[in-house]
Amino acid sequence: MKIRSIRTVIAPAVAVVIALAAWEVAVAITGVRAYLLPGPLEIARTMWLNSARLFDASIQTAMAATIGFVIATGIGIVAGSVIAAVPVLRRALYPLATILQMVPLVAVAPLLVIWLGFGLPTAIAAATVVAIFPVLAATIDGQVSVDPGLREIFALHGASGWTRWSKLDLPASIPNIVTGLRISAGLAVIGAIVGEFVSGYGGDDAPLGIVVMSAMREARTDLVFGAVALCAVVGFALFGLVSFVGWVLVRRWHSSAVDPSGEKS
Amino acid sequence: MSASHVSLAFRRVSRTFPGGVVALNDVSFSVPAGGLTAVIGPSGCGKTTLLRIAAGLDRATSGRVELIPKSILKDGAVHFAGDRKTSVCFQDPRLLPWRSVIDNVALPLELAGIARADRMARASQVIAAAGLSDAKYRMPSQLSGGMRMRVALARALVTRPEVLLLDEPCSAVDEFTRMQLDEEIRRVWQASGATTLLITHSVSEAVWLADQIVVMGGASIDEIYQVQLPQGSRDRTSAGFLFEVETVMKLLARAAGVVAT
Repeated sequence: MKIRSIRTVIAPAVAVVIALAAWEVAVAITGVRAYLLPGPLEIARTMWLNSARLFDASIQTAMAATIGFVIATGIGIVAGSVIAAVPVLRRALYPLATILQMVPLVAVAPLLVIWLGFGLPTAIAAATVVAIFPVLAATIDGQVSVDPGLREIFALHGASGWTRWSKLDLPASIPNIVTGLRISAGLAVIGAIVGEFVSGYGGDDAPLGIVVMSAMREARTDLVFGAVALCAVVGFALFGLVSFVGWVLVRRWHSSAVDPSGEKS
Repeated sequence: MSASHVSLAFRRVSRTFPGGVVALNDVSFSVPAGGLTAVIGPSGCGKTTLLRIAAGLDRATSGRVELIPKSILKDGAVHFAGDRKTSVCFQDPRLLPWRSVIDNVALPLELAGIARADRMARASQVIAAAGLSDAKYRMPSQLSGGMRMRVALARALVTRPEVLLLDEPCSAVDEFTRMQLDEEIRRVWQASGATTLLITHSVSEAVWLADQIVVMGGASIDEIYQVQLPQGSRDRTSAGFLFEVETVMKLLARAAGVVAT
C-alpha cells in the first residue's frame, strides 16, 4: 500500500479515536447519567454483551437494505435508460420523478405498511423507494450526455438502437451510474430502517430499527447507541462495496475513478 | 490492396442550414478513383459540411454525392461481410475510452456482426501495419494524441473502404506529430488504394499529400488546383515544394478575401 493510501486510512482513524476519547473523558468529568449519555466504553460493553442479538439485527437490516438497493438499481437503470432514449418521456416523467423524490419517506412509509403489511417486505419497499431516484437521475444524465461524436461513429456503421445502448450509452454512463449508486447505497440503509420503524416486526430476529425502538422504550440508551453505530456500519459496508465495484468498473479509463481509500487512481 | 475503382463526385451540392445560413453553394468536383484530393479553405467555408454529406451524416439541400460507378445513397453497403464503401476519420479520434486499442479498431466489424475471432485477426493486421502492435491492449487514456489518431485511422481502415474521408485528422496535434501523421496518412492511402478526401486547413499538408487541391471560400469552390509534384518525390524543403505551397497560399488568400504578400 502506498504511503499516501496509509495516510488516507490512518488520518480519519486517529480522528475517530480522539473523538471517542474526548467523549469518554467528558462523560467521566461531567458525571452525566448513563441513561442520558453513556460513554463509548459502556456502549462497547453493551454491544459485546448483546453481540448475538445485534449481529442478527444487523444481518436483517443489511438484507432489507441490500435487496431494496438491488431492486432500485434494476428499476433505476432500466427506467432511466428508457426515459433517456425517448425525449417525450423525459419531458413528461423527469419532473414528476423529481417531485416524487421530494415527498418525505417517513410520510410514505405508512402507506407501504397498508399495502404490504408489517414485516420485511415493507422495509425492502421503503429502501427501494428512497434509493431509486439517484440511480434513475444518474442514468438519465449519463445517457443523454453521451458524446455526440461517439454516437456518429455508431450511426456511420448503421448500429441499431439496442446495439448503441448496449455498446455505447450504457458503458459511457457507468461513471454517472456509479455515482448515483453510491448515493443510493446510503439511502437504502436509511430507507430500510425507516421501514423497520413503521412496520415493527421481529421477535428474536428483530432488525436494527426495531432494536433501536425497543431499547428506547426501555431507556437502554447504551443499546440505542450500539444499534445506531451498527446502522452506520451497515451503511458504510454497502457504500464501500458499491464504491469498490464502481472503481473496478471504471478505473482503467475514467478520470472519476476513486479508489476505496479515497484516492484518484 | 489494389487501387479503388470508385471515384467520388460532388454534383452541384448545396447546403443551407435552418435560419438561412448557406454552408455550401453549388459545389461540384470529383476525387478520381484511387486519388487523394485535399479541400482547404478558411474556417466556416463549408469544408466539414462537405465531408459530412459525403459520409451520410448530413443531407444536401440540393445536388447529390455519387460514388461512381455506384451511388452512395443506393449502395452504401458492402462488398462482402464487414467491408464498407466509405469510412471516416474525424479531427478528434473518437475512441471508446473503456475499450482497448484492438477493441476500438475492431468496433466497425463488431457492429457489422463479424465473428470475434475474424474481427480480431483483421484488426490485428491493421494495427500491425500502423506500427501499433505494442499498444494493442492499451487503453486510449494511455496513448499520446498522435497515437490515438493513428488508432482512429486504423479503425477507419479495418473495413477496407474504397473511399476514405479524413476530416482534419492532424488539427489537434503539434507540428512534429502532424508530420508523422502525414506520413501515416500517405502510407495508409497508398497501401489501401482508397479514393481519399482530406479536409485540412494546412496548405503544406495539402501540397505534401494531395494530387488535387480544392480551394474553397465563402461556401463555394474558388479554384481546383492540380499539384505539379510527383507523389514519390515530395520533399518539404525543396524549392519546388515551397513554390507549390506559395502558389496554393495565394489561391487560399484570394478565396478568403485577404491580400497575400
